[in-house]
Amino acid sequence: MNEFFSQTYEIKGKDFQNAGKVSTGIKTLLKQLGIKPEIIRKVAIACYEAEMNIVMYAKTGTMKLDIDTKKIKITVLDQGPGIQDIDLAMKEGYSTATPEMREMGFGAGMGLPNIKKNSDEFKIESSIGEGTKLEITIFIN
Amino acid sequence: MLLSEIVKILSCYVFACDNRLDIDIKFGCASDLMSDVLAFSQPDAVLLTGLVNSQTIHTAYISEIRAIVFVRGKKPTEDIVQLAESKSIPLLCTNYSMYEACGLLYKAGLESTMEFVPPNSSKKSFNSSF
Ligand SMILES: Nc1ncnc2c1ncn2[C@@H]1O[C@H](COP(=O)(O)OP(=O)(O)OP(=O)(O)O)[C@@H](O)[C@H]1O
Ligand SMILES: [Mg+2]
Repeated sequence: MNEFFSQTYEIKGKDFQNAGKVSTGIKTLLKQLGIKPEIIRKVAIACYEAEMNIVMYAKTGTMKLDIDTKKIKITVLDQGPGIQDIDLAMKEGYSTATPEMREMGFGAGMGLPNIKKNSDEFKIESSIGEGTKLEITIFIN
Repeated sequence: MLLSEIVKILSCYVFACDNRLDIDIKFGCASDLMSDVLAFSQPDAVLLTGLVNSQTIHTAYISEIRAIVFVRGKKPTEDIVQLAESKSIPLLCTNYSMYEACGLLYKAGLESTMEFVPPNSSKKSFNSSF
């Protein structure tokens, strides 16, 4: 598969202090790798929204970044409550964010739809009481 | 519009990256909702916001916002200033309210980051191609 980079990052639930560090780190890395700015922006936005969802809703999770010559794949896996109604969660404006989360600037209900918008391929799976998995693919060319 | 011009128009105090006021700003974007910024802003915008925390800086870095203006006299703490410095994002502070600050920049010709979608348009309000 011509894999030239693969790395897994840990993300802790409720760790608002460190929230955003994984995604901003990924953005800096992609710049160093010389990926095109339009591609970097899409990947960074998708990663950041996914990271914030783990911090806000899950207990713990991982974000795996795989880069080859054709695409960037991000696999986001969390242990948490899962999502009951995925169609509803994917709707713009739907949010169960708490007042504290809203105070931090989140809870517009735009995260998941925006991840999808920035992806070339997007898959979401969830099981109640176990967790949620996102598979995001963004082509480089 | 140069960032230095925005500093003048809004009588800003500069908290971070005062050596980067010569950058060109193409659009204005105003929101306290970071996911809206991530969904609707275009690169090279200035963000006007009342939200002062580390997520404001992360959001700017992620979405290629070139500078942040905190409105209504809100001031960043030292750790926020340092985070912005590390990401080379100028932080400005104005005593104008959000409404006035936006109005002044709009009057000076700074374009909105979001395209206006008339009611009944078949186009979705979400700035997207899907
Ligand atoms: N990893 C997750 N685990 C459990 N529930 C989730 C997860 N991600 C999203 N959700 C649920 O789906 C809803 C919609 O998520 P989405 O990211 O679109 O919006 P939000 O996080 O509420 O607000 P925003 O992303 O705009 O700040 C959330 O409010 C939450 O109920
Ligand atoms: Mg979200």
